[in-house]
Amino acid sequence: MKIYDGGKIFIGLVIFVALFASPFYLNMGKAIAKPELKFDTPEIQRLEKETGKKQCVEPKEFMRGGHMQMLNNWRDEVVRMGNRDQIVIAGQKFDKSLQLACMKCHSNKKDFCDKCHNYMAVNPYCWTCHIQPKEKQS
Amino acid sequence: MSMNRREFLKIAGISTVVGLGGTAAFTKIRESALEAAQIAPNTLALKAKQWAMVIDMGKFKSEETIKKVINACHRIHNVPDIGNPKDEIKWIWTETYGHAFPGQEHKYMSEDMMHKPFLLLCNHCTNPACVRVCPTKATFKRKDGIVMQDMHRCIGCRFCMAACPFGARSFNYRDPRGKDANGNPFIKEENKEYPTRMIGVVEKCTFCVERIEKGLKPACVEESNGALVFGDLDDPNSEVRKILGSTYTVRRKPELGTEPNVYYVIGGNGYAIVPELL
Ligand code: SF4
Ligand code: SF4
Ligand code: SF4
Repeated sequence: MKIYDGGKIFIGLVIFVALFASPFYLNMGKAIAKPELKFDTPEIQRLEKETGKKQCVEPKEFMRGGHMQMLNNWRDEVVRMGNRDQIVIAGQKFDKSLQLACMKCHSNKKDFCDKCHNYMAVNPYCWTCHIQPKEKQS
Repeated sequence: MSMNRREFLKIAGISTVVGLGGTAAFTKIRESALEAAQIAPNTLALKAKQWAMVIDMGKFKSEETIKKVINACHRIHNVPDIGNPKDEIKWIWTETYGHAFPGQEHKYMSEDMMHKPFLLLCNHCTNPACVRVCPTKATFKRKDGIVMQDMHRCIGCRFCMAACPFGARSFNYRDPRGKDANGNPFIKEENKEYPTRMIGVVEKCTFCVERIEKGLKPACVEESNGALVFGDLDDPNSEVRKILGSTYTVRRKPELGTEPNVYYVIGGNGYAIVPELL
């Protein structure tokens, strides 16, 4: 069997595979640092002082993977069903609200929300409407 | 064991009751255990079957009060002031009598009545045209009669704007967080306790649902010095019902059948008295 222009095709293929796979071998052995979230905003520190612990509405493990479903449920309850019951953590009451609860403690969007969202390459558009707090040094 | 039909039905009935009661009790126990730990029920919310408003035009002593009412709403709800009528966003605004009540005006009306600014807002209709056409159910009617819009779901198709006969809805042609040509932001001062909207969604008056659910009356009502009255249409003792039962009131375009829930007391002003006849 004869391949016409076999040499050129072969060189072309090698170049293509090399380019296509470049992200893999260029990044080989280099682990991208896991995002380090900061939980030490002034608000969280105050909560810790007052209640003796840093506590969210749900455990960290749940929030990591499930905060988006939880926010979705909150939205349905508040906006669609008009259920504005509050959540109590260690005697403190919180609204079911991204802007009025979550972001009041996590006032460091850059060091909190954005860190993971950028790492995961997701781009939620919560903040096109919900106003984020002024970025503070944590 | 043989069993006749009657016995079978008896046993079936009893076991159903026991079964139902059993699960109900179980759910109850589970719920209360969960709730006791982390939920504080909202006891503040004002309740109604159908919220309604009466606007007494005679009680507006100056245009200043009207402006104050409009500003109060637009300020707390982050309604942008785009500055041109084409892209304008409005939750509560004014129109002349002829535009507010088309067909009712005539050329012999008093100048005052003809040019007086009438306050308009969403009527939270009993039969809302906007709700019927919304393809995503972003616009829906709540149990308390408020016609609410879920901004998360609005796709900006503007069917609701075409359907609403009262011009109560505005489309965000511009980014409400943007700036005008001179670099002034459309939202002068953000209320950090309320969201903004984004480009490409429709918005309107919400009857201040976020305030009602915290036990407060709508912001425009609070600002109006008694010219706006808010209450439950279903409650014969409510303030709105007392006014409706004792004063002549009109609604905008009732012939269209949407059953608007904003009523107007047009207000006397002495012009009707013809001096020669006295
Ligand atoms: S006034 Fe218009 S937007 Fe408001 S409920 Fe009626 S039809 Fe819908
Ligand atoms: S613009 Fe939004 S609210 Fe209006 S009909 Fe379309 S989806 Fe529904
Ligand atoms: S009821 Fe609330 S949202 Fe509606 S016009 Fe009045 S202040 Fe604005």
